[in-house]
Amino acid sequence: MERNPMRRQLASMRKSLFDQGYLDEQFMELEQLLDDANPNFVEEVVTLYYRDSARLILNLDRALERRPLDFSKLDGLMHQFKGSSSSIGAKKVKAESTLFREYCKSGNAEGCMRTFQQLKKEYATLRKKLETYFQLARQIGPMESANRPK
Amino acid sequence: MTVEQIGSEGKDQFPIGMRVLAVDDDPTCLLLLGTLLRRCQYHVTTTSQAKTALKMLRENKNKFDLVISDVHMPDMDGFKLLEHVGLEMDLPVIMLSANGDTKLVMKGITHGACDYLLKPVRIEELQNIWQHVVRRKKKDRCNSGSKDKPHPDSGEAVGIGNVDNNGKLNKKRKDQNEDEDDERDENGHDNEDPSAQKKPRVVWSVELHRKFVAAVNQLGIDKAVPKKILELMNVEKLTRENVASHLQKFRLYLKRISCVANQQANMAAALGTADSAYLRMGSLNGLGNFHTLAGSDQLHNAAFRSFPPSGVLGRLNTPAGLGIRGLPSPGTIQLGHVQNSGNPTNDLSKLQSFVPGNHNTNILQGMPMSLELDRLQHNKSVGHIGELPTTDSTTVFPGSGNLVDARITGFSNNPLLGVTSNSLMLEGSSQQATSHTSVSAIGFQNGNALSDFTSIAPASNQLQDSKAGSQGQASPINCNAGQIIRSAPQEWNAPRKDAPYQSHALINSSIPINSAMIQLGQCLDRNNSIFHRTTDLDLVGPLNFVDPLSIKHGEGDNSIMEPSVIEKEGYLMFQPRPHGSHVPDNIGSLEDLASAMMKQADATVIL
Repeated sequence: MERNPMRRQLASMRKSLFDQGYLDEQFMELEQLLDDANPNFVEEVVTLYYRDSARLILNLDRALERRPLDFSKLDGLMHQFKGSSSSIGAKKVKAESTLFREYCKSGNAEGCMRTFQQLKKEYATLRKKLETYFQLARQIGPMESANRPK
Repeated sequence: MTVEQIGSEGKDQFPIGMRVLAVDDDPTCLLLLGTLLRRCQYHVTTTSQAKTALKMLRENKNKFDLVISDVHMPDMDGFKLLEHVGLEMDLPVIMLSANGDTKLVMKGITHGACDYLLKPVRIEELQNIWQHVVRRKKKDRCNSGSKDKPHPDSGEAVGIGNVDNNGKLNKKRKDQNEDEDDERDENGHDNEDPSAQKKPRVVWSVELHRKFVAAVNQLGIDKAVPKKILELMNVEKLTRENVASHLQKFRLYLKRISCVANQQANMAAALGTADSAYLRMGSLNGLGNFHTLAGSDQLHNAAFRSFPPSGVLGRLNTPAGLGIRGLPSPGTIQLGHVQNSGNPTNDLSKLQSFVPGNHNTNILQGMPMSLELDRLQHNKSVGHIGELPTTDSTTVFPGSGNLVDARITGFSNNPLLGVTSNSLMLEGSSQQATSHTSVSAIGFQNGNALSDFTSIAPASNQLQDSKAGSQGQASPINCNAGQIIRSAPQEWNAPRKDAPYQSHALINSSIPINSAMIQLGQCLDRNNSIFHRTTDLDLVGPLNFVDPLSIKHGEGDNSIMEPSVIEKEGYLMFQPRPHGSHVPDNIGSLEDLASAMMKQADATVIL
């Protein structure tokens, strides 16, 4: 029972992630896949995402240092990044990726760089929030790791 | 195929236990996809490498029921994989991508995907994918069953052929490829006629196709109308509608070939064999996948449209299609450069490199493109000729999705690409991306087919550059181009199934194409290069090669202009079933066409 306040806290954390636009419905889809066999599924996917996307971010950083900018390459990298971000429901990150790609298409170097910085910020913020969230969830118990939307 | 094999529990409980192969280089997405699929109670195998996936599929064709693949993958383009699977295994393939651009979707369709899902994919969407497996099986069954009645003319319309009907001649029928002429009837697309599935299918055997191509050549691509062709062929129980639809496909094929020629050239050599199955491919005889092309009217237009200015008719898949496509107005086919008038370019460029086998082919490619260029341009997506599956050669079109690219690339993979090593030509195009026209290069070169293609692309300047490089390659297209046509039969079928050919569109162009085709045929078929269409080749592009084809020879050697279309085989069918040597020798006719076209064309195909 002492978990109740924690559960409440977890629930409110989750709600705010959605309300503030960090996550979208896709995250809920992930939560739906939680079950006894995969109690930590959401966390697993998110962890995998952060691990894999770190590589993409690095590649993007490098590509952005070259001159002149290779927009099509940047676009390609960002496309991949966008794909995985959307798979976990990272809403803001995804929005920044879309914007980045628009800039790539129009060849706007400055726009690209600016957007990328913003994207990295959102990416880092989301990561922190999710880490906190999962940590709390783990404390509560395996089955409750993410409040499954009913 | 697989449903029955699912073992005891499979059949009854289908779709439970359906065996799915999921391919995606992104681990996050792959994990998610795998989990979702398991949640649907499918039996899932995942891999992040397209090559591994192909290997698994090749090891045992009956191991899987369905393949889901991402579009953007580092080791192999998703569309290429799609073509391969279509050609070799004839399994339903669903494409997956975060990018939902119409062009890309079109490309997927032309390459034969039975569905295109957007990421992030939801479980509801996956719960229904089993329908594709069932549908395909059903189609096979239908096809094999109805051969006896002459089809009531499902299409009668358009004279030129109800494209839709033939589409079905699908490759699935390979087993039926008997070559009996009489009673062959083409199956209409299911979407066409409600009774289409029941109509007896005409099996376009090698001999039949040869006759067809000979007739077309004799008449001249301009004048090759179904009625006359029918008369010349003098085959019992063959209806005008059968011929019309076959002609349509053939035109597409030619178009496609031109793109693919480059790649296919190599393949053509390999393919040489005219396997009936190949013919089956769909009666495409070169018409390429009409189906793929059109899928639906829109497709058709789209196809053409998508053919990125490069004219790459979307999927070059059907060699015929390629060839034909390339043959835009008969005279114009200048394999030289397919000028992409429009935008799309990328693809065209691809096409350029394509230069399927014969120089001619290039032209063809350009041709369709030119015709549709305007249309294509819009769509761009369709043409990815570049995509020709040729694995190595396809590089030509690497492409960006442009229609042209895709197509051509498709080609490359396929054995068709055998079309003389040149198939790589398409690569050139990839660079171009915009210059769809490059495809024009597709001209099927007679021997080096591809090399010419490279030159083809002039349309897009870019292409040219790239092409230059690839051109060298393209040339290789040797008439093996026939091979190009081999493109995955699957592709052929697949597209057919779903997309009623928009053959109408094709039909329009058919006239002009005739000449082109002929040339193409000539070019293409040099070596028997059956243009195996690499499934992608669907030159879906609008066959309307007609006019715009002014293929400019850009720089390159475009010798393409001479449609050395894969001669041998005449059968441009790209869809050869991957039986290995798909390339039916039927290309002979194609070559003629191609060459004929080429001669006429000498104009630059303007894509």
